[in-house]
Amino acid sequence: MPNFFYQVHFYLFGLIAIASSIAFVTRKSPVAAALWLVNTMFCLAALYVMLEAHFIGVIQVLVYAGAIMVVFLFVVMLLNLGQPSEIADMRGKWGKLAAGLLGLALLAQVMALAGKRLPEPFTPGGGYNADVVRDLGAVGSVAQPLFNEYLLAFELTSVLLLVAIVGAVVIGRRRRIDAR
Amino acid sequence: MLAESLALSAVLFSIGAIGVLTRRNAIVIFMCVELMLNAVNLTFVALSKVYGMAGQVFVIFVMTVAAAEAAVGLAIIIAIFRHKQTVNLENINLLKG
Repeated sequence: MPNFFYQVHFYLFGLIAIASSIAFVTRKSPVAAALWLVNTMFCLAALYVMLEAHFIGVIQVLVYAGAIMVVFLFVVMLLNLGQPSEIADMRGKWGKLAAGLLGLALLAQVMALAGKRLPEPFTPGGGYNADVVRDLGAVGSVAQPLFNEYLLAFELTSVLLLVAIVGAVVIGRRRRIDAR
Repeated sequence: MLAESLALSAVLFSIGAIGVLTRRNAIVIFMCVELMLNAVNLTFVALSKVYGMAGQVFVIFVMTVAAAEAAVGLAIIIAIFRHKQTVNLENINLLKG
């Protein structure tokens, strides 16, 4: 059973994450929405660290809050969409109501799964192993399966990134291919 | 803390889905999709305490795919903006016929 201090901080970060994601969905300005989303991601990074996934927490801050959100803000700046007034961003009253009901239905469906028992781990003694993390470190314990069991998937990821880079450049450039 | 993490993940996923349904700005909808991916990542990390480190490896893959998706998706949004001068989904209805 985790101690009281741990639990208080877990709930605190969880509540901040929920509050900032609600603020993110309801802000009209895209820049304000993006900054609230960054706040949510920082809270999630703290939760990852509290769940003893230290490397994932660091990557969350570096890649998500650092790189991906900067790309989003860069595009908002590039297209000059910062003013909330000129975009009728939200849907109307009925659209909001329908979306809220659909969201609540989705939440109820996911929560209904909470009553089910979790299946047993596939490998005996599987799961988070404090000894492995102590031996290999926070990075090594992630790198060990990544470069052994999932090496093929890891290499295929590099192909995915190459395709994404080439695709982004081709789609985003100004000159048409047939224009020459 | 497993049950709390899964519940938080479900709430964040639902908020992201509501955002996708209520917003009209294409960039904000993209950010809502990122929030949903983050919620799934939280599930992976929480369950990795029970099922082994593979969950954390999957989180790294999800982040890579999210980065690639953001790059390509934002390039598409920029291309649409050049054509239409807007990213409001109400005005992007070419396929509606």
